[in-house]
Amino acid sequence: MAKPLKCDVCSEPATVHLTQIINNQIHKIDLCEACAEQKGITDPSGYSLADLLVKPDSSKSADAASISCPECGCTQREFKKTGRLGCATCYETFEALVGPALLNMHKGDSHKGKVPHRALERAHYIDRLDSLENGLKEAISSERYEDAAKMRDEIIELKKAMEAAAVED
Amino acid sequence: MLIKSIFGGKSEMTEAGSKKCPVVLMTRIRLARNLADTPFPGWAKETRRREVLETCLPSVASLGQMKRGISAEIGTLSDLERQILVERHLISRELSNNSDAAGVVISKDQSISVMINEEDHLRIQVIKSGYRFKSAWNAVDAIDSALEEQLDFAFSQKIGYLTACPTNVGTGMRASTMMHLPALVISNQMEKVVRAVNQLGIAVRGLFGEGSDASGSIFQISNQTTLGESEEEIVKRLSSVLRTIIDQEMNAREKILEKDPRKLYDKIGRAYGILQNSHLLTSSECMNLASLVRFGVDLEMFPEKTRNIVDRMFIECQPGHVQYHAGENIESNARDAFRAEYMRKQFENVARPLFNIHESSDKDDTPQSDPEQEAE
Ligand SMILES: [Zn+2]
Ligand SMILES: [Zn+2]
Repeated sequence: MAKPLKCDVCSEPATVHLTQIINNQIHKIDLCEACAEQKGITDPSGYSLADLLVKPDSSKSADAASISCPECGCTQREFKKTGRLGCATCYETFEALVGPALLNMHKGDSHKGKVPHRALERAHYIDRLDSLENGLKEAISSERYEDAAKMRDEIIELKKAMEAAAVED
Repeated sequence: MLIKSIFGGKSEMTEAGSKKCPVVLMTRIRLARNLADTPFPGWAKETRRREVLETCLPSVASLGQMKRGISAEIGTLSDLERQILVERHLISRELSNNSDAAGVVISKDQSISVMINEEDHLRIQVIKSGYRFKSAWNAVDAIDSALEEQLDFAFSQKIGYLTACPTNVGTGMRASTMMHLPALVISNQMEKVVRAVNQLGIAVRGLFGEGSDASGSIFQISNQTTLGESEEEIVKRLSSVLRTIIDQEMNAREKILEKDPRKLYDKIGRAYGILQNSHLLTSSECMNLASLVRFGVDLEMFPEKTRNIVDRMFIECQPGHVQYHAGENIESNARDAFRAEYMRKQFENVARPLFNIHESSDKDDTPQSDPEQEAE
């Protein structure tokens, strides 16, 4: 058998081999386990081009640092550094940056796949229920009893519908 | 105890040998999912991660598909146990390294594994031996739908399932196959293939050892994009690329056999000889030898049942597995000795390869398309 390839970094025998295309050029990297781990590419199957796609943009870095997600506190700078977002709301917070990046990475910018109907329905029900229950309290405290009765009926209906949805299937 | 049941049980990865399946070793589909209103694992504080683990682990473990499976918090596993799970593709190395409030649930047959608090809250993965996107999708879709009844997933009407990394947003789906492409490697065509495939939004990655002219010859191809197409469309695109690669590999095989069969017979014959007689084997050499023997099985030089041994070798020659079988903490030289001994035993009763079979081999026997997909 031929001699094993040497690690591109330290010349130990290489055990991790990556072939990727970046800007139409083939890059082959051979690394030993230790160096691969250090570079965070120990699992070739898990290695993604994310970090390369979202490039640090030094010109606006002052702006970038000032934007942070109201939900999780993640900043634009952190996103650029790691290529990872902090929470679902970050997609809205950093829309100006993420939106164009999505178009570069993907086949389009709108979802065409599976939809979690049940979860969406439940979220919708819960929102509606919340607002009805608030309305009911308010109606009672301001003695609008006719409105209150209507809302109470709708709450009962809604709860029935939620139960039915949960049982179904 | 965990490890024992992993080794004792029948697994999709190691016991699939009864099915004749050249070129495509396995199919894998994974879905990335996150809980709504909860920071992603990489950003979340320890207490939030723990909450997620405590919500998700029981939900996943309670699924019918996970009956009599294994659930474990990663932090409670030994290094060796984690390594073995990584080598079996049941957890990622990332999860194994970053074990704070992380967990995994593995089905009894090891075809399903759900990672908790990896890069996303949930990574649902199904592995099938051979070329079986449809059954992998059906399985992973069913688990996802069952989980959706208990958990609220972060989802946007516009851009689909929301994930920690924007490269996964949309379907959250990564579909891949592990392909064995020895003839394309021997005839130096892999670079051309990689280039062509990449332009179609499909990623090709080398797996395992490379490093001699024969090389491990195992590549993973997967979809690069997750947004803008349905799951079915993604799989369809991937499948058509896959079929082209299979055709190319088959053509390359025929050409090699036409042009210079002796060179190939020599490689395969030597591989067989080394596996039967060596006393020191590194994991990457072992991978290369296994690759050649698998090639030999495809060419009917070895009986079909040999495929099972080879596919198991791909898994079991890895360091963690050897360590486990050796039953003690041994250093790498001793591992190589143990590995060689183990392979000698495996190959003791494998009949010598036949080298005259191809003049009569009929072409209809080389499946270059996927019956499952075409039946649609
Ligand atoms: Zn190195
Ligand atoms: Zn956020």
